[in-house]
Amino acid sequence: MAISRREFLKIMGGTTAAIAFPGVIIQGCKRALERASARTPVIWIQAQSCSGCSVSLLNSLDPDIATVVTQYISLNFHQTLMGGTGHVAINVIDEAVKKARNDYVLVVEGSIPTKDDMYCTLGMLNGHHVGVKKWVTDLARNAKVVLTAGTCSAFGGIPAAEIRANGDNPTGAKSVAEILGDNSKIINIPGCPPHPDWMIGTIMHLILKGTMPELDEHRRPKMYYGKTVHEQCEHLSAYKRGIFAQKWGDPGCLYKLGCLGMDTGCDIPRRKWVGVNSCTGSGSGCIGCTEKPFPDYGNRGIYKHLTASLDEINRIENAEIRQAVLNLRNGGSING
Amino acid sequence: MARVYLDPITRIEGHLSIEIEVQNGRVTDAWSKGDMFRGFEKILKGRNPVDANQITQRICGVCPVSHGLASSKCLDAAFKIRPNKNGRLLRNLVLGANFLQSHIIHFYHLCALDYVDIKAILEYNGGDDKLLSVRDWVKNEVQIKANRPDAITAGGPFLPRYEGNDFYIKDKNLNWAAIAHYLQAFDIRMKAHKMVATFGGRAPHLIGLVPGGVTQVPTGAKIREYKKNLREVEKFVNEVYINDVIAVARAYRNYFGIGKFMNQLSYGVFEDDDTLNKFFLQRGAYLNGRVEQLNTALIKEHVQYSRYSSGSNLHPLQGATEPNPRKGGAYTWLKAPRYKDQAMEVGPLARVVASYLSNNEPVKSEVNALLKMFSADISAVFSVLGRHAARAIESKLICKHIWNWLDELEVDKPPRNSYDIPERGEGEGLVEAPRGALGHWIVVKDRKIENYQAVVPTTWFCGPRDDRGVKGPVEQALIGTPISDVNNPLEAARVVRSFDPCIACAVHVVEGDRRISSMKIL
Repeated sequence: MAISRREFLKIMGGTTAAIAFPGVIIQGCKRALERASARTPVIWIQAQSCSGCSVSLLNSLDPDIATVVTQYISLNFHQTLMGGTGHVAINVIDEAVKKARNDYVLVVEGSIPTKDDMYCTLGMLNGHHVGVKKWVTDLARNAKVVLTAGTCSAFGGIPAAEIRANGDNPTGAKSVAEILGDNSKIINIPGCPPHPDWMIGTIMHLILKGTMPELDEHRRPKMYYGKTVHEQCEHLSAYKRGIFAQKWGDPGCLYKLGCLGMDTGCDIPRRKWVGVNSCTGSGSGCIGCTEKPFPDYGNRGIYKHLTASLDEINRIENAEIRQAVLNLRNGGSING
Repeated sequence: MARVYLDPITRIEGHLSIEIEVQNGRVTDAWSKGDMFRGFEKILKGRNPVDANQITQRICGVCPVSHGLASSKCLDAAFKIRPNKNGRLLRNLVLGANFLQSHIIHFYHLCALDYVDIKAILEYNGGDDKLLSVRDWVKNEVQIKANRPDAITAGGPFLPRYEGNDFYIKDKNLNWAAIAHYLQAFDIRMKAHKMVATFGGRAPHLIGLVPGGVTQVPTGAKIREYKKNLREVEKFVNEVYINDVIAVARAYRNYFGIGKFMNQLSYGVFEDDDTLNKFFLQRGAYLNGRVEQLNTALIKEHVQYSRYSSGSNLHPLQGATEPNPRKGGAYTWLKAPRYKDQAMEVGPLARVVASYLSNNEPVKSEVNALLKMFSADISAVFSVLGRHAARAIESKLICKHIWNWLDELEVDKPPRNSYDIPERGEGEGLVEAPRGALGHWIVVKDRKIENYQAVVPTTWFCGPRDDRGVKGPVEQALIGTPISDVNNPLEAARVVRSFDPCIACAVHVVEGDRRISSMKIL
């Protein structure tokens, strides 16, 4: 069985994909997918992760995850799903390193600690715990593409956030690009978590077209991250009419509550989480999780205006919003 | 005597490994090791208190709802507010949905491959399209990859696995049905996540949990969406999940006697009225055969065998803890929490035991019916199968009760109460994650986080020996487990997985602060 044109277009992101993938290519792809020998091996390594990206992967609607795993790819290693335990599991990636096959996709979920390998180990070789940094560098050497699933592996994310008192980080957590030192093989799929379509759609693009999708300056596929949340937001018309929510649960644009939709490349307002809701649609606002500065945003943090300094507030360009934030700061209710 | 390493324990959340000593075919000693550390509490200090709600959810992607709620509750307390009625109900609805998601994924996708023979699919001759397509895939994989010396593995991610003569179910029909349910369960757990996202904004990592309630207004359309998915999940739980747990129990009856551990601790969960004191599943500490009232002041954490250089045997809010990756004698990133100096199990079994002994009638009748079916007494629940059964019973009861919360919702009314962030404040938030008791503590100063603490479920049961050398619950439960082949120690993996470990949760820094210790603790 192969992917239908409809579901293919859906995960590729609608109209732009229809231009990029004319029917004839899709037909050719169907045949490629049917050949098991050509099925691309995928090795998925979890480093300093919360497994949220893996759980999000399981939320794939169409195609569902069982179809992806049994028909589209050959998922050789994934700690959460694999049958093998202990050495039986570790042998799989040890063999993959030794066989030096060069056509697999390496997916990394989670950041990588650099202060000490003991901060994250995976398996034993010759009686010693193996730091996850070794697996990532060894497996990346021969991988065709390295895909970072989630903001932690793409940019460092929460494990790499700074300790506010001294700007340090507890474990020296780094992104995959910082570990490898060369980002030419990397496709970043940030998001905390990323939408399953972004992960599966990118892998499908690699398999079917044999090339990387078009990437932006942060090596994110433009087909998913090319437009901001704000441009696609459910509340865009409210914004244009100047209707702003003053507290959570109010109707209107969520900017004054600290929404980062204007600065964040992401298509969730259109794509929806598990097909039912979105960050902006649920009245919470965007927390900018697909962007590099997440979750620090300098000194700003996630929910901006609550602890903003006077200097910071005075730098807000829009006079109306600046006044609203000042009002919130001077008594009144803060964000609620 | 043999030393056996299970590193990594796959099909759990995160990085756990187990070392066991095997003598005459039985486990005689065990070490449970958490292999990953990030340092969340250090990162939280100095930030906007409301950010904690988002950041702490990233402690764990399997139970973010529980972290989000524990955080919301400790912020509620620090801000001196309470959720309104809709806020309380909507929190129950997202948490309940995530319990269902988590229990289903645990039984089918994390544990079933320890019992079900996935290879039985090769002989499938029935008419189920999905199974036929999986059969053809496996055949194709095995044939083609046999001729490719550079093939990494055939049949991944399901194969390779531990192999042994009597490891997996022999009955073909039972295997085929179980494999079909394994596939169906992907769809059902995704629908449970639709329920979470309907009122939580997204899943995993809910966007809509805030102090005072949630941000999503319960509109008629949202309630209909939730109910539509609930109906499907409920049908699966009642008609498939429960029966599969019973089928595994019938095939592996001896696991009522394996993985034994007695002490149980539950914080209670799902506030059932606006007093916030009445729980759907009860609170209590089960010690020496009876349930005692919970007192969180009796919690101490030991670190002699943990990779921290700081003081030991302190209340979590008093300990000053610094990581030391190369500490001599230490073998894990998990601490060893103790309640009244006792190692405690937390999780579905603890909740069921606390509820059963608190005369929770629905729990009693479900447990008694199951015990009767297996002609067993209550002591049988303290086992591998007891834990699986507790999850199934809990799922069934949540599915039934969740409709009441939906009925009580005030449609189109505000989903939360307002708040101001105070200059100073302190708060405690207790909740249950699917895998057990979870507590967050916060100190707010200058409208920022002065100190933040999380004491999480897996630390309770996967923690190491305490300062006196007394083993943690998983370590104790492993002792006596029969191991038929030291190169394929599947039996030990079954015991560990029955606890539903989540290591990302379990590992964290607890930063000491004397001020917080003066806080009134339950």
